[in-house]
Amino acid sequence: MSGNKNTAAENREKEVLVSVEHVDVTFTNGRKKFRAVTDANFDIYKGETFALVGESGSGKTTIARAIIRLNDTSAGDIKFMGKKINGKISKEDKQWVVRNIQMIFQDPAASLNERATIDYCISEGLYNFNLFKDEAERQQKVDWALQQVGLLPEHKSRYPHEFSGGQRQRVGIARALIMEPKFIIADEPISALDVSIRAQVLNLMNKFKLERDLTYMFIAHDLSVVRYFADRIAVIHHGRIVEIAPSIELFRYPLHPYTNSLLQAVPMPDPQIEKAKKLVVYDSSQELITENSKLTEVRPGHFVYMDPSEMEKYQNKLAAMQATEIAE
Amino acid sequence: MTETNNKNLILSVKDLEVKFKVRDRVLTAIRNISMDFEEGKVVAIVGESGSGKSVFTKTFTGMLEVNGEISNGTIMFEGQDLTKITKDSEWEKIRGKKIATVFQDPMTSLNPVKTIGDQISEVIIKHQGKSKQEAKELAIQLMGKVGIVDPENRFDEYPFMYSGGMRQRIVIAIALACRPRILICDEPTTALDVTIQAQIIRLIKDLAEEYGFTTIYITHDLGVVANVADVVAVMYAGQIIEYGGVEEVFYDARHPYTWGLLSSLPQLGEKGEELFAIRGTPPSLFEKVKGDAFAPRNNYALKIDYEQEPPFFKVTDTHYAKTWLLDPRAPKVEPPAAVKNLHERMTALTSKGGIYGERE
Repeated sequence: MSGNKNTAAENREKEVLVSVEHVDVTFTNGRKKFRAVTDANFDIYKGETFALVGESGSGKTTIARAIIRLNDTSAGDIKFMGKKINGKISKEDKQWVVRNIQMIFQDPAASLNERATIDYCISEGLYNFNLFKDEAERQQKVDWALQQVGLLPEHKSRYPHEFSGGQRQRVGIARALIMEPKFIIADEPISALDVSIRAQVLNLMNKFKLERDLTYMFIAHDLSVVRYFADRIAVIHHGRIVEIAPSIELFRYPLHPYTNSLLQAVPMPDPQIEKAKKLVVYDSSQELITENSKLTEVRPGHFVYMDPSEMEKYQNKLAAMQATEIAE
Repeated sequence: MTETNNKNLILSVKDLEVKFKVRDRVLTAIRNISMDFEEGKVVAIVGESGSGKSVFTKTFTGMLEVNGEISNGTIMFEGQDLTKITKDSEWEKIRGKKIATVFQDPMTSLNPVKTIGDQISEVIIKHQGKSKQEAKELAIQLMGKVGIVDPENRFDEYPFMYSGGMRQRIVIAIALACRPRILICDEPTTALDVTIQAQIIRLIKDLAEEYGFTTIYITHDLGVVANVADVVAVMYAGQIIEYGGVEEVFYDARHPYTWGLLSSLPQLGEKGEELFAIRGTPPSLFEKVKGDAFAPRNNYALKIDYEQEPPFFKVTDTHYAKTWLLDPRAPKVEPPAAVKNLHERMTALTSKGGIYGERE
């Protein structure tokens, strides 16, 4: 395995849960073809939060949907716990994927059935997979899930429209949680929520990660949320992952110019700093993209999409960043 | 906040109350707001959804939904009380012409079956009485102003052929076509990507300078507020609860709700630590609010907060906050750690070597 995969020594320590290997996703419209994702290649380790950051249309949700089999892949393999899960697989395997990989969607209003009670919304997965012995056990499971996300059993008989956005997102989390999945994909779970509610939902997700040994893939368009929440970050631009690094590393040494423009675009809650800020506009036509371009390791665990001839440039850039650090 | 000494006021709101009839119940969306807008300034109105920030500004252009009504107060603009206007023909002299609005979603504010060019020219023809050819020239000029490359050729394109950021530029061009005195921007960048957001904010600022209009910016994003605002008004449950110069509100916030908003920002969060969250949810405005509306969610609530509504206390001549904590009899309370030394900490984060530091 080449490319962005970690060094052999590190692999032994960390267990790979999801492995995306040279995946392409292509959409066809009549005779027109559009490649939404090009050569996505990364591992997600058990127990970590892996963030995928990019603008709308960059293909981040497409990758997520390919993992849960909602989009077909046109090249490459996706493996979950070592088992191939994309393309043609058996019915049992499909069920196994759905049961173990759950998704939390961006808009909690659109992702819940308006005409079903919260009780049904949360237990839908249990019904689909017959995951309860009797009614009493189902009730008990629903009550447990509700309690976990800070809602009350009396909320069960209500309908989604009776809840606020934050509460609805809690229902969305509860219905993912009740399946006891190993892996949760959260697609911009807080973008539709109010500022004061966002922190509540993020804290809740963090709590489950620690308590239940969950692994997250967190999709976002804003790096500020991700810095706080993710262990590793992949930055995606126009269907291509341009940089992958541990969260702290990426913020300390952002090497790809697109990552830098994303970082600079994060609005800072400080009037003096924000008013003095210069606008960095990323121009992708300046990038050297050749057939040899690929994600290349610049520092252990830190990968940048580049042509081999650019290695020196990035290493110099890294050295310059490290030098300013030491100088201080 | 009602001091008017020597300031050049463009809009003055007094004791405004707005009610909505929802089935058989009455919701009080705006609860007694008084606020002055100075000409040429950028005022940011911050609050979460349901706080009434959009409803508040919709009263300036007569765009309240049919079940809503202004039940009290005055809005003075160019010597006229806008709350007295009843006829749509009268509103047309103000709405779009003198006070224009840019909405959140550029797809829903543009007509999908008309060309971009027609939509801009239409406004120019209607409000400025120009001929079709003149309007086209002006429209192309405006398109160039808002940063559309090659406007002559893009004049005859349809909205779906434009990206989200480009569409929002067109909406801004339409809003500016009549040279309004006030531009209301209602979450203009919420539907856009961060990189595009930065460009649109820049554009609105540049245009404000060039055209000299007063900007009212509605947003829930404090980062955006820091960037654009001269003056900040924080809204909660249909009221303004803190009001001041942008640096006063960020560096010396006094209301516990403002503290909460600032501390819950992920930009300030430390990895591995729990992010500060304001507990609970905002109150229902169907019920009459007793005391301070924020009291049930407020970690610093005093006994009086549950009984009596606080008045505005003056912090400086330009900075006011509606909290009993500023009463001389109240116990001394320190703001939370996340808010203290905000500027020092943000400077550390954004200087060379800091996590948002400059790299090039």
